Amino acid sequence: MSHLLEIDDLRIRFRAKSIVRAMIDRDRQPYIEAVCGASLKLAPAETFAIVGESGAGKTTLARAVIGLNRPHAGSIRFMGKELRGLTDKAFKPLRRDIAMMFQDPAGCLSPRMTVKSIITEPFKIHGVRVSDLKREADRLLDLVGLPPAFGRYYPYQLSGGQARRVGVARAVALSPKLIIADEPTAGLDVSVQGEVLNLMARLRQELNISFLMITHNLSVVRHTSDRMAIMYLGRFVETGPTDDIFARPRHPYTRALLSATPQPDPDMARDRVKLEGEIPSLIDRPSGCEFHPRCPLAKAACRQAPPPRHRVGPVHKLYCYYPDGAAGPRPLL
Amino acid sequence: MHTEYPPPVKPNSLALSIQDLSINFQTVRGTLKALRQVSIDIPRKRIVGLVGESGCGKSTVINAILRLLAENARIQSGVIEFQGQDILQMTPDALRDMRGNRISVVFQDPMTALNPVLSIGRQMIDIQYREKTSRAQKTARAAAMLTRVGIPDARKRLEQYPHQFSGGMRQRIAIAMALMAKPDLLIADEPTTALDATLEIQIIDRLRKLHQDIGCSILFVSHHLGLVAEFCDEVVVMYAGETVESGNVRDIFYRAAHPYTRALLQCDPARIKEKSPVLPTIPGEIPDMVNLPDACIFAARCPIKQHGCPLTPPPAHDIQPGHQARCHLSARKDD
Amino acid sequence: MPNIPASTTAAPTPWQSLINHLGRDPMALLGIILVVIMVGSAILAPWIAPHDPNKINVRYRLKPPSADHWLGTDQLGRDVLSRVIMGSRIALQVALISIAVAGSCGLLLGMLAGYGPRWLDSVLIVLFDTVRSFPTIMFALAVVTLMGPSLNTVILVVIVTSIPVYGRIVRSQTQALRNHEFILAERAMGAGAMRVLGLHMLSNVIGPLLIIASMDIPVVVTIEAGLSFLGLGVRPPTASWGAILNDGYAFIRNTPWLVIAGGVPLILTTLGFTFLGEALRDVFDPKLRREA
Repeated sequence: MSHLLEIDDLRIRFRAKSIVRAMIDRDRQPYIEAVCGASLKLAPAETFAIVGESGAGKTTLARAVIGLNRPHAGSIRFMGKELRGLTDKAFKPLRRDIAMMFQDPAGCLSPRMTVKSIITEPFKIHGVRVSDLKREADRLLDLVGLPPAFGRYYPYQLSGGQARRVGVARAVALSPKLIIADEPTAGLDVSVQGEVLNLMARLRQELNISFLMITHNLSVVRHTSDRMAIMYLGRFVETGPTDDIFARPRHPYTRALLSATPQPDPDMARDRVKLEGEIPSLIDRPSGCEFHPRCPLAKAACRQAPPPRHRVGPVHKLYCYYPDGAAGPRPLL
Repeated sequence: MHTEYPPPVKPNSLALSIQDLSINFQTVRGTLKALRQVSIDIPRKRIVGLVGESGCGKSTVINAILRLLAENARIQSGVIEFQGQDILQMTPDALRDMRGNRISVVFQDPMTALNPVLSIGRQMIDIQYREKTSRAQKTARAAAMLTRVGIPDARKRLEQYPHQFSGGMRQRIAIAMALMAKPDLLIADEPTTALDATLEIQIIDRLRKLHQDIGCSILFVSHHLGLVAEFCDEVVVMYAGETVESGNVRDIFYRAAHPYTRALLQCDPARIKEKSPVLPTIPGEIPDMVNLPDACIFAARCPIKQHGCPLTPPPAHDIQPGHQARCHLSARKDD
Repeated sequence: MPNIPASTTAAPTPWQSLINHLGRDPMALLGIILVVIMVGSAILAPWIAPHDPNKINVRYRLKPPSADHWLGTDQLGRDVLSRVIMGSRIALQVALISIAVAGSCGLLLGMLAGYGPRWLDSVLIVLFDTVRSFPTIMFALAVVTLMGPSLNTVILVVIVTSIPVYGRIVRSQTQALRNHEFILAERAMGAGAMRVLGLHMLSNVIGPLLIIASMDIPVVVTIEAGLSFLGLGVRPPTASWGAILNDGYAFIRNTPWLVIAGGVPLILTTLGFTFLGEALRDVFDPKLRREA
């Protein structure tokens, strides 16, 4: 039980048609598979990033860890305890140790409550008695770098960065062991992104919190995460240490994604891996390796069956028919 | 499809010129000075990037060009010169002739840019209402334009409805519609922000090719520095309602003169090549635009003001021909 | 440490917003005045009515307005002004009780339908639609047949026909918010359904309900008047505006002041509450509450 969080071959699907409709259409597969077998291990005080584009299933996966989704297969173990299949009541005590930060900085804060009420709500929900709630609120505000006067404000009065910090304050209120951060830099200007990320790094060190970070912003991932996974249509195509993946991305999709980030350097030579087409819809999944329609290296085998898994490092895994992934100059970043 | 590079720009050939534009908004709390002496020049056939963060006034500039400002806006001064006329003085008829025809826009959200109850073909034919061609000719033009933006099977797809297209395709349709009238100026307001990274570069590539074909000017509004660096020829940087720096894309990215531009570039995590545990930020907040300090707009957050800056509102200094910055210290230093 | 942005001031309370709004909108001000007059006369009725509204004095029947009887007398010699003032009490009672009860039930059922399991939603919707499909008058007739005409009949009819309307409004608001991020955040923290509905949903869905309900007050007053006019409402000699209209209807040619006395307060009340309701809507509209 050395790992804080262990996810093993997790599968999450949603009903695309109602039961009645499926019967009428004789559709045996009225489901959309949002997550098709994800596995990862997260250690204490580690940051793991899950990156991917829309439809990849990142948010669905994140929400399953906090119990907002019900996976139909696989397992999620948090501190050794199996989360899949828990009732809301059984899950509740675990919610003191797992917190979530949502995508919309102000939208995830109850609009008619003051900041003070918002950040002390975890105490009330879990019945944690404190001698002075106001002092707790001030302490949490100070922790995230906001002055105590902010307790009186309402979410609509906060800037994006301030709202984001309130979200962090609420997440750390009960000193959780794991925080799931869904797009922590979304909606933030570049000049304030650093503040939130620095804050998260500081809290990770001071309070020993692990972060599961969901993002599509690759530049941020490089500086903040220890390990990462790249997700495509509900599957991890490559997972491993962030430094290794940035130094030598192997999966063709990883290479394309890393090279797709525009660089603030007008004269830089761009060795871009251009992908054709768009992400297929989840209803119409391609056969074999699901990336093959867009893959510059696709060969016959790729169309027929899902690709095997290769271990290219102690914790570095790759799902591709090319055992070493894509060769060629690394995409400049 | 022919491609040719735009000819070198002659000094006086500007598609659009905003000069000393100042706009206030009447709000409950008082007068919000949203734009103050904003000047932006868009040369013909060039791509100009407008960069800035929230609250800098980019949207107000776009709305001013299109004369779609909110009711509580008050234009204090300034001129927007377009093809020999001042947009701010144009009659409603002249404006209607201009919008969608000589100036067109692509907006941020492809999901809501198109009318959901009309087919694509109908919408693309409708916007050609100014042309005196037959319906068949208009349909042919629409199909040709769809093909140009990379939508296969154009004829068949003209009959489909917006919900039958993905987000990336909808944005391409929006671009096709904006460029069908061969405008002199295309305004692109964060056109790829809602799209995935791999799609983003596809769209930008297409936009670049179309730009070369049609030869319009583009005002590309974005907060994404990387995109601006790749796509634009000229850049204007805005902060809290002022244009703090403007110049050629290389001037801005390699020789930034204004401390805000420099700080902004430093903050971009994509620029930082080595893994860095602590990321740079610009501490502080943008100033209150209702109660403006009587000083340089960036003074409160400026990292270099201690080097003898008088802190008064600076005029625009010429760093080099075509490169200007509103900073007292930029006039003296050259780094 | 960030500066406290100077642009952020403490939020104006709803009362302050309302006062501000009234200052700017003359209709709203008129509405408030009319409502205050109506509510005031309803509350103070026993003390400000100059005569006993039920005192019959046949010798002075159908007298025109005079110094002693400001609105004249009706066919039984009763002072019309006093009857109108008492009528405001009836109107207010019916409106407030029925809307309060219907609103509370609608709120509860609407939130259950919007937030609870699908089957519960389906059941409630079928219930709402069934009740709504009865024409109000037929429903009133049926209830009157069962219970006899009275104030309580009117209140019951209004409650039962209003609950589905309010329920649907609350239900759609609740559904819209159910997947909103702040609700998901509450669930992610472990908040149970009671907490989510009571603390977070309620205050965010009640706005439209309050506005519709306040604009329904004049409607209910009119329904009561209508039912009483048809003889299905209050029993004589109770003085409701509808009853006054009913009484005066027969004498409209020669003694029009009876009908005027019954109708004008109805009109003024309707106007007053409508203007007030619109002002409330403007105040509660979240977009208008934003700082610029």
